[in-house]
Amino acid sequence: MRIIKAVAAIAALIFMAACSEQVPVAPAGAAVTPGSVADFRQNVGDRVYFDTDMSNIREDGRATLGKQAEWLKKYTNYAITIEGHCDERGTREYNLALGERRANAVRQYLVAQGIPAARIKTISYGKERPEVVGSDEAAWARNRVGVTTLQ
Amino acid sequence: MNKRFDMMLPRRRTIIGGVALAAAGAAAPARAQLTIDMTKPSFEPVPIAIVDFAGDKVGADIAGVIRNDLQSSGLFRTIPPSAFIQRDINPNAPPRFADWRGIGAAGVVVGQVTQAGGNIKVDFRLWDVVVGNQAAGLSFNSQPANWRRLAHIIADAIYKRVTGEEGYFDTRVAYVSETGPLNQRVKRIAIMDQDGANNRYLTDGRTIAITPRFSPTLQEIVYMAYGEDRSTPPRVYLQNVESNRRELLGNFPGMSFAPRFSPDGTKVAMSLAQDGRTNIYEMDVRGRGLRRLTNTSAIDTSPSYSNDGTQIVFNSDRGGTQQLYIMSASGGAEKRISFGDGRYATPVWSPRGDYIAFTKITGGSFGIGVMRIDGSGERLLANGFLVEGPTWAPNGRVLMYFRQQPNSGGRAGSVTLSAVDITGRFERQVPTQTDASDPAWSPLIPQ
Repeated sequence: MRIIKAVAAIAALIFMAACSEQVPVAPAGAAVTPGSVADFRQNVGDRVYFDTDMSNIREDGRATLGKQAEWLKKYTNYAITIEGHCDERGTREYNLALGERRANAVRQYLVAQGIPAARIKTISYGKERPEVVGSDEAAWARNRVGVTTLQ
Repeated sequence: MNKRFDMMLPRRRTIIGGVALAAAGAAAPARAQLTIDMTKPSFEPVPIAIVDFAGDKVGADIAGVIRNDLQSSGLFRTIPPSAFIQRDINPNAPPRFADWRGIGAAGVVVGQVTQAGGNIKVDFRLWDVVVGNQAAGLSFNSQPANWRRLAHIIADAIYKRVTGEEGYFDTRVAYVSETGPLNQRVKRIAIMDQDGANNRYLTDGRTIAITPRFSPTLQEIVYMAYGEDRSTPPRVYLQNVESNRRELLGNFPGMSFAPRFSPDGTKVAMSLAQDGRTNIYEMDVRGRGLRRLTNTSAIDTSPSYSNDGTQIVFNSDRGGTQQLYIMSASGGAEKRISFGDGRYATPVWSPRGDYIAFTKITGGSFGIGVMRIDGSGERLLANGFLVEGPTWAPNGRVLMYFRQQPNSGGRAGSVTLSAVDITGRFERQVPTQTDASDPAWSPLIPQ
């Protein structure tokens, strides 16, 4: 009995592994034009996340912003607006300022990577425009975000 | 008696003017159970009977508004008309006190409405049932459309006679009306009477508009709104409440927000954000001159003037977390006043000058509290998942704020207005037509 179960489990693992190798997954960027907004969003990543009540760029955010800077240097035809957002666990007016501080932290990072400051505007949405509707840590973590938008 | 009263009428000049009604009974001052000290640690609400006003069918509506006002304060218990014994009450003569004592009333309110050349004349008398005399009496003359205001003014007169404090029923509330899903929420500035009647919208909802604040005359509000174009930062606007004409208060490169009028209405304090720093500035409303009040690399926001206009309390995270600070209204002499656990935000100076109300965030919950202006005597009056943004009733004895329930299942939690008295004993929901946040309580409407 036990052996049969174990065999079945192993078979399942092999099957799954085989599947992932044999069925080609379409590359995420296959359908998008290089240099398009969709390209930026899908292949570079347009957002960085923040810790509660913080505005410093985290390690994961630095990697994303490094890629953003590279891309933005290649495609110089876009004007850039950084949106700063906060979770709902702060007061409205303070969060407007915190969102501005976050957007500005992203802007400064990109400027340090060589993007002209004049190309980048910022706007804070405070806690007025949460992307994820939820009242748990997972939702809040995704709503503490700086979004690089292209015009 | 009635003749004397009639002779007083022509002296009224304003559309809505109160004239004292001569006492129909003995003139001795009333006391006993028709008074209440709301600052005492415990009290029983005053049982009061409000008889439908005689003379016109709007009289019953007027009595209904008065009952609702007094009941909503938590200081009165209105006796249902079905319990009344005396049904043949004459609005100009003393009631049968024994009948009203019999149903446990401490006071009884009677009144009448008469047509007066296109206007209505409304008289009321408050009878002290315990002592057996007239405790208050006023007469008003106004356009018929103003009947709700007359009812609120009468409720204020009763409140004042019984509590010794100014009333707050003849007031308005500006707030943010919220509709739609959270990630594309429509937020409009709305204005209504404090009891939820006469609601109307001051912005069209095409862009987010938040944080409305009244001028001392109620003629104008200041608020923050986003632009149609994303490259324009949100800015502070000044808008006339009657004409809806609005103008930008300063064209700054960065975001301007958190506006609030000075008590004399000549200045607006607000925050300007630039390069990740937020400081407080003061703008002269007429000349539009701008003066910088704080100079920090932190976040300084939510300024609120003291009742005498000489100081400003504000919110800053310059010490690492959000705390409350007081400074001179011309800048300088900054001093931290909040020292408890947690973060403090949205300070609002009481119009009486005795307390500062605030939002407090401790661990996972929010509270609405008050402290004395030196930071001592902190008390929390309401708490929950999210309560925020207190605003004072003009008598400094009641706070309104908003309460949000947690979002769940991808749906926004409800957001409603609540009010609580400064003892924290009596909390109630304030009716609004939509979800509502960020209330601003007006001063008493000028009569």
